[in-house]
Amino acid sequence: MTTDTLLEVSGVSVSFDGFKAINDLSFSIGEAEMRAVIGPNGAGKTTFMDIITGKTRPDSGDILWGEPTRSLLKLSESQIAQLGIGRKFQRPTVFEDQSVADNIMMSLKAHRQPWSVLFHKFTQDDGQRIREIAEEVLLVDHLERSAGDLSHGQKQWLEIGMLLAQDPRLLLVDEPAAGMTLEERNHTTDLLREAAKTRAVIVVEHDMDFVRKLDCRVTVLHEGSVLAEGTIDHVTSDQTVIDVYLGR
Amino acid sequence: MTRRRVPFVVRNPSVLVFLGLLAAFTLGVTVLSEATGIGLISTSMVKTLGKTLCFCLIAVAMDLVWGYCGILSLGHFAFFGLGGYMIGMWLMYARTEMIVVEALAAQPIPPTDAEIEAAIGNQIFGVVGGSEIPAIWMFADSLVIQLALVVLVPGLLALVFGWLAFRSRVTGVYLSILTQAMTLALALYLFQNDSGLRGNNGLSGLQNIPGFEQTPQSTISIAFLWASAAALGLGYLLIAWITSGKFGNVIRGIRDDEARVRFLGYNVEAYKLVVFTLTAVLAAIAGALYYPQAGIINPAEIAPIASIYLAVWVAIGGRGRLYGAVIGAAVVSLASSWFTGGQAPDIPLGFYTISWVDWWQVLLGLGFVLVTLFAPKGLGGLVDRLVRR
Repeated sequence: MTTDTLLEVSGVSVSFDGFKAINDLSFSIGEAEMRAVIGPNGAGKTTFMDIITGKTRPDSGDILWGEPTRSLLKLSESQIAQLGIGRKFQRPTVFEDQSVADNIMMSLKAHRQPWSVLFHKFTQDDGQRIREIAEEVLLVDHLERSAGDLSHGQKQWLEIGMLLAQDPRLLLVDEPAAGMTLEERNHTTDLLREAAKTRAVIVVEHDMDFVRKLDCRVTVLHEGSVLAEGTIDHVTSDQTVIDVYLGR
Repeated sequence: MTRRRVPFVVRNPSVLVFLGLLAAFTLGVTVLSEATGIGLISTSMVKTLGKTLCFCLIAVAMDLVWGYCGILSLGHFAFFGLGGYMIGMWLMYARTEMIVVEALAAQPIPPTDAEIEAAIGNQIFGVVGGSEIPAIWMFADSLVIQLALVVLVPGLLALVFGWLAFRSRVTGVYLSILTQAMTLALALYLFQNDSGLRGNNGLSGLQNIPGFEQTPQSTISIAFLWASAAALGLGYLLIAWITSGKFGNVIRGIRDDEARVRFLGYNVEAYKLVVFTLTAVLAAIAGALYYPQAGIINPAEIAPIASIYLAVWVAIGGRGRLYGAVIGAAVVSLASSWFTGGQAPDIPLGFYTISWVDWWQVLLGLGFVLVTLFAPKGLGGLVDRLVRR
């Protein structure tokens, strides 16, 4: 499963006003791997994503990426995104004012500098890519609709589509199935598992059933550090995990 | 998905409509003017209309930076004023030089260059108690260089200011306050007599174009009307083109959720800087066309309130639609000059007389509230509704 390490987080800590949100956390994921990150509220799951994507700077520790290995600590959010780390937020954040096609078009892998974007010519290839992605996320009939008019589940999918359009090497997905119907969830599971065949996917989730369906290694976070790691059956039978989840 | 391959103007019929209306308006005024037509429109009215076109241009720029990119700049009139100062320096210097040379030519001994320069310095700066020509006037005798400075000085100020502000991630109301501080600081600096730009006297006589002494103002006013209309048309076309492409998608994304745009890999600060600087340059060009028609520029022109008015025009006209900005700027600024110019009849109520010079601002405030309540998309939004019907 794991060939080379794509992302390695080592000994990272960050605190907000004295509160240690992340405490000496170490984590690594390989090239084409799916990983679920679970943990109770306040375990530091979102902060963990903020640190990888450059939104929050850690107080100590290092984050290493790719080969040849380089540190992400000095890079801006946009530079990290350009390296191939895509992020989906917990609350679906799409550009509601713009059409589904435009949302995907903006996400497509291409030059990101103002000058090349200004003179960007929309090609047949772009149209083809947008259509393919829209088909994957079941929005092909809604391309011209305003993203704000989509249902909650469709917005989640659009955001996953925007992630795929970026063609990232690592996808960070925060609660992708929140607020979805059972059918929608199943399709989301398929999408993520398909993506994980060619790239690394980290899914942050609350819902144990959903995690079970993803059928992947699970990392349990608690109070800002890794509590347990292994198969879903392994971690759910771990006594400390049971204590953390049920003992409160 | 083929719709994107059609030419730009076909995809944006409103641009063609606007350019057509602008051309018709300009021709109409020309035909009705004193110099080139039947004389139904006075020269001062032609100047007012020409100045209004300049306001429309800065409003379109404001719509790009605020309506599309979400940066509520309350300092764009600083760039407008700087553009005016840059062209004003040449206008004043070249004309003074001409007058001085003419006066000294009557003397028996031909004047030296140093004498001419001293006389020019005396003429221009005597009013602030000086006679030295300050260093910033070193290019004032060159029209070409001063025209370049119209673009370069405000552009550079916007670039440096924007770079500092955006890289520190200053956004929202804090950025607005910062831009107000910028324009206030600039105005206060220019008010000083030793700023080199004649303090509160400003630059005057700008309506006299050197080399065209024999041309009547009525003809000059038509020339400036055309120049202003051309600048507005080109500026409108440029911004419509920018906003219709992928760049437009990105900056609207920045307006609605800049963090999301960042995580898509776009350098948000670079985009903001491009938009801020470009609109500053457009504002400066508008200013450079405005002040020769106004005849005078002084630091009060770039007081903070001017930039706030600009935001009010665009808000009343409707953000995010360029013709809205044009409508807002034209309607509000023309109404403002009508009411405050003493042309609006006062309303005697017996116990009190409503004099519009004082009450215009109340009316404007009321109009602003009404538009916000009943036409949240502005006057331009009403046009949208009419067209769709």
